[in-house]
Amino acid sequence: MDFELLPNLVTFSPLVGVLILFFINPEKKVLFRWVALLTSLVTFGISLVLLSNFDASNPNLQMVTNLPWIQVAGWNISYYMGVDGLSILLILLTTFLTPIALLSTWSAIEEREKDFNIFFLMLEVGMLGVFMAQDLFLFYVFWEFTLVPMYFLIGIWGGPERIYASIKFFLYTMAGSLLMLLAILWLGINQGTFAVPALIEMGGIPAGIQTWLFLAFAVAFAIKVPMWPLHSWLPDAHVQAPTAGSVILAGVLLKMGTYGFVRFNLPLFPEAAVKFAPMMAGLAVIGIIYGAIVSYYQKDIKKLVAYSSISHLGFVMLGLFALNSQGIQGGILQMINHGISTGALFLLVGMIYEQTHTRDFEVYGGLWKVMPVYGTVMLVVTLSSMGLPGLNGFVGEFTILLGAFGSEAIGSAWYAGLSAIGVILAAIYMLYMYQKIFLGPEGSIVQTVKEHGHALRDLSAREIITIAPLLVLIFWIGLYPKPFFTLIAPTVDNLVLVLQAAMG
Amino acid sequence: MNLSETVNTGYFFGLVPLLVFFPIAGMLFNMIFGGKMSEKAIGTVASAASGLTFVVAVLLAYSLSATHGELHQVFLAEWIHIGELQLDWTFRVDTLSVVMMLVVSGVGTLIHIYAIGYMHEDVRFKDDVRRFRRFFVFLNLFIAMMMILVSGDSYLMLFVGWEGVGLCSFLLIGFWYDFNILGQKSTENAEAGKKAFIANRVGDFGFLLAMFTTFWHFGSLQFDAVFESASHHPDPVVISAITLFMLIGVTGKSAQVPLYVWLPDAMAGPTPVSALIHAATMVTAGVYLVVRSAPLYNLVHSTSYIVAMIGAVTALFAATIAVGQYDIKKVLAYSTISQLGFMVAAVGMGAYVAGIFHLATHAFFKALLFLSAGSIILGMERGHHHLAHGHGDHDDADAHHDEEVFDPGDMRNMGNLRKQMPVTFWLYMAGTLALAGIFPFAGFWSKDEILLDAKLHAEHYPGVYWLLAAAAFLTAFYMGRQIWMVFFGKERTEVAKHAQESPPVMTVPLMVLAFLAVFGGALNLPGSHALTHWLEHTIEGVHAGEFDFMVAGVSTVLALIAIGISWLLYGKNPLKAGQIDPLKKPLGFVFTGMENKWFVDEGYGAVIIRPFEKLAKFLSIDLDWNFWHDWFHNEVVYAGFQGLAKFLADPVDMGIINAIADWLAEITKRSSEKLSSLQNGFVRSYALSVLVGVVMILGYLLLK
Repeated sequence: MDFELLPNLVTFSPLVGVLILFFINPEKKVLFRWVALLTSLVTFGISLVLLSNFDASNPNLQMVTNLPWIQVAGWNISYYMGVDGLSILLILLTTFLTPIALLSTWSAIEEREKDFNIFFLMLEVGMLGVFMAQDLFLFYVFWEFTLVPMYFLIGIWGGPERIYASIKFFLYTMAGSLLMLLAILWLGINQGTFAVPALIEMGGIPAGIQTWLFLAFAVAFAIKVPMWPLHSWLPDAHVQAPTAGSVILAGVLLKMGTYGFVRFNLPLFPEAAVKFAPMMAGLAVIGIIYGAIVSYYQKDIKKLVAYSSISHLGFVMLGLFALNSQGIQGGILQMINHGISTGALFLLVGMIYEQTHTRDFEVYGGLWKVMPVYGTVMLVVTLSSMGLPGLNGFVGEFTILLGAFGSEAIGSAWYAGLSAIGVILAAIYMLYMYQKIFLGPEGSIVQTVKEHGHALRDLSAREIITIAPLLVLIFWIGLYPKPFFTLIAPTVDNLVLVLQAAMG
Repeated sequence: MNLSETVNTGYFFGLVPLLVFFPIAGMLFNMIFGGKMSEKAIGTVASAASGLTFVVAVLLAYSLSATHGELHQVFLAEWIHIGELQLDWTFRVDTLSVVMMLVVSGVGTLIHIYAIGYMHEDVRFKDDVRRFRRFFVFLNLFIAMMMILVSGDSYLMLFVGWEGVGLCSFLLIGFWYDFNILGQKSTENAEAGKKAFIANRVGDFGFLLAMFTTFWHFGSLQFDAVFESASHHPDPVVISAITLFMLIGVTGKSAQVPLYVWLPDAMAGPTPVSALIHAATMVTAGVYLVVRSAPLYNLVHSTSYIVAMIGAVTALFAATIAVGQYDIKKVLAYSTISQLGFMVAAVGMGAYVAGIFHLATHAFFKALLFLSAGSIILGMERGHHHLAHGHGDHDDADAHHDEEVFDPGDMRNMGNLRKQMPVTFWLYMAGTLALAGIFPFAGFWSKDEILLDAKLHAEHYPGVYWLLAAAAFLTAFYMGRQIWMVFFGKERTEVAKHAQESPPVMTVPLMVLAFLAVFGGALNLPGSHALTHWLEHTIEGVHAGEFDFMVAGVSTVLALIAIGISWLLYGKNPLKAGQIDPLKKPLGFVFTGMENKWFVDEGYGAVIIRPFEKLAKFLSIDLDWNFWHDWFHNEVVYAGFQGLAKFLADPVDMGIINAIADWLAEITKRSSEKLSSLQNGFVRSYALSVLVGVVMILGYLLLK
């Protein structure tokens, strides 16, 4: 077998499942559930083969496919796919989270389940394409493509305000992307190629123009992250999206923004990146503090987690724009960590929501006694999310803050110092959430559920299987992150060299 | 070094990771199999795990003394390696870490055993026997985390333990998370746990900044590398910054002014927790951190003085509050804060050995006092239960929830307990005399060493001696007050008359602690100075102090006077039921202040907590939602878009505009499901039109 083709195989393998699903009778729930799940598991399996063929010591693109695609009117667009240290973990995160998210829908999605599975697998194709594409045009196609299935996932299977949320999500992202499209076209026409590695090698974009291109890309990505103050779509989208949608939205889709920064903004426009580092770091710090404080005052569990994402992704952005090894490696690892922790949080919130149909803090309380396994799992995830040492979140946060503290590009330890306040605030809002739901005397929901003739049950076997892989990773990355850093280090070190040259 | 080398060399350094793995194994065993095990079995597994840890610590101490106290590092695994940042899971065995290991695992094991008896009753009084297992799971986890803290070879590994014990503290303070301290349904205990975690996080924030500064100036977080580099580049500004940031961490973990406020509330946890975590071990972590960082603190006198003053001020301040408390555990809690102040003051003045000495003896006698207090509280509960249920032949388990509230820990409800609980009484006396610093009990020697250092270095650390001496005076006084109120006079309630002594599983560990509280001074007696010589191998420049009869004499006389005054007030004329405290009249508003903890919690509420909540409300409701989400996005952007669309399209086609406007308006209005299929139709066609638009633009650009 030719391993060079693996990235294509990983990216498009979910389409096989989509094709099969088209021919299945929508009444046969069990069948298409399994087809979708198995498809995503196969994709995950192939991505593991990809990983085993990945040479961690090689900083460059690997397993490259580069074919001419659209070659008209002097345009030089290619179908250019490949993997390197910046993307390998995100690819694995995508293939890893998708089956977990699909498994969680077995009890949550009841209408038009077949369509749901089709959209979900299509979404996976788009996300994987985003992380694999090495041609700006191809990247843009995948980038926009992810919008469509996500739009439907929220718009059809979402909560009561789903239409509003899905349109807002769509328009917001589209608006940002158009600027990026202009910048892409400018680059492709003026530099004669859309291939990212070639563009980086060529360099030589005048500083003045770099500024504009940087900003055009930055707006698109900043909306996706989302960076403060462009976050207004996020609480709507998260609160309205079905559980699996929230898991993928928080787990992977947001990372497309932070990934965009590290894949394009930093290497393509290094001088501009250095110039804007303090500004970007400043926005990141505001996001960290603002997101954390706003989280604390939420009454809806999902909304709290949504706002906490703004804070957590602020940490990622701070790390990336530290422009040194510790910051960028920490930032990339933190993307994964956030995917795991927040993905797990949304899953867990979904699990209780299925039983209670409410996410209002006020009715909860004392659930640890009623649901001991659920309470314990949630505790671990909560602690992971607030960066307890020994768990995954800490490794990322610590390296980010450390990197930012001594960052030449940011130029002041104040940014990291202020961000460290976010560590205190994270404890405040996460423990607030945990206490409201699990501690104290039993909340009124326990009684309400009883009145409906049920009793709150602890996690089912399926739910435990869904969440267990995430727990394993939470401990693994927290205690022994070496394998993860090893994968990203060489590529990041190369990138840092480029950035250092730009710093002069 | 690993296990095979251990066998080859005949020393046991390679065993050090077991300090962590034994308690983790005990924890996992109980988590997995505990559900079907008896309480005795669960308690035995947990105690054995802790006991094995103690054995390892003893073996390490033996190996260390056989190798002349030389430092040994044991590598376990790589951790975080990025550029210059090179962090491993490496354990550190030196004379300082071994002292801590011995104290933590030794006292820890005794408390595990005691807790088998204590929790057996506690879970029954609170009607949730399932939580017996959970308690020991947490307790084992705590031992593991504490071992990481004291045996880590870098600041970051120390920090893992540091936050880990904070987590255990949170879990155990809020152990009865659905009750308050009186056993009523409430969120209070849970709140207390949260408060502890957050106050400690404030301290950890300082610790983090200290680590960042250290790394960027000294290129490492590994202890020896940092100290080496610091000695070559002793930039006073940098080192002051590091040591002061670290001090923030110390004030959090070791409950010093201004972050001490969590510790009194932490008494919501079951009493073995108060003894183990909130008196003997975890709260001394800050003291350990300063001693560990001695090479840094030695370089900057100004911050050392700040450390010493914070300790001394805390010692006196907390002692004044202890005088005005009625809850038996609250007195001990404030006493702990005060004694931690002694230790912090000592290490601030560079009297590292004295600090560690007091840390050890305090672990003995304060654990003893807390556990004895637990015995008293359970004794009272038993009495209460006995009265409430006739003679125990009712088994209506829920009945006592409906009764009027009775506080078994309130000293005003006690009196003359030495008659009902004679064993506990004698144990309590041993602890009290040690704490009050009466010759020849353990506390006498260690406290005296601190006072001596303060006196000798009064020139460099003005004021410290006087603050500490005053605190020592108050210590003897509040302990005297407690003894008279609890054990002497007449029973002030029916319950006190029916209090019952505790079983041997509880009292035997206490006897061991009592032995240590009486003879623990032998660790570092003047003349032998065993501890000083032991620690010399690790801490540079420690000297054995001379015994000074002046200092010892003055403090002894002060303590005796204080006890005398307490006898005049509380012993000679015992408090009667319902009588107000005899100090209230002469001290007036001062006593009101002491009773109410000088209103510090209320102050924090007004200055920090409520403003923060107001800010959070403003940011989330007003700014983020009403202004940014609703007004800006839903009004300005939406209306702007609408206006633009109208302006552009109105002349062309009224019909389209109307359709779009109506359609947009509908979207925001509709939230029902009845039209969902229709809406989905709209959504799709809309999405399709956007896509078509994009494709058209692209097509045009491509083909132009």
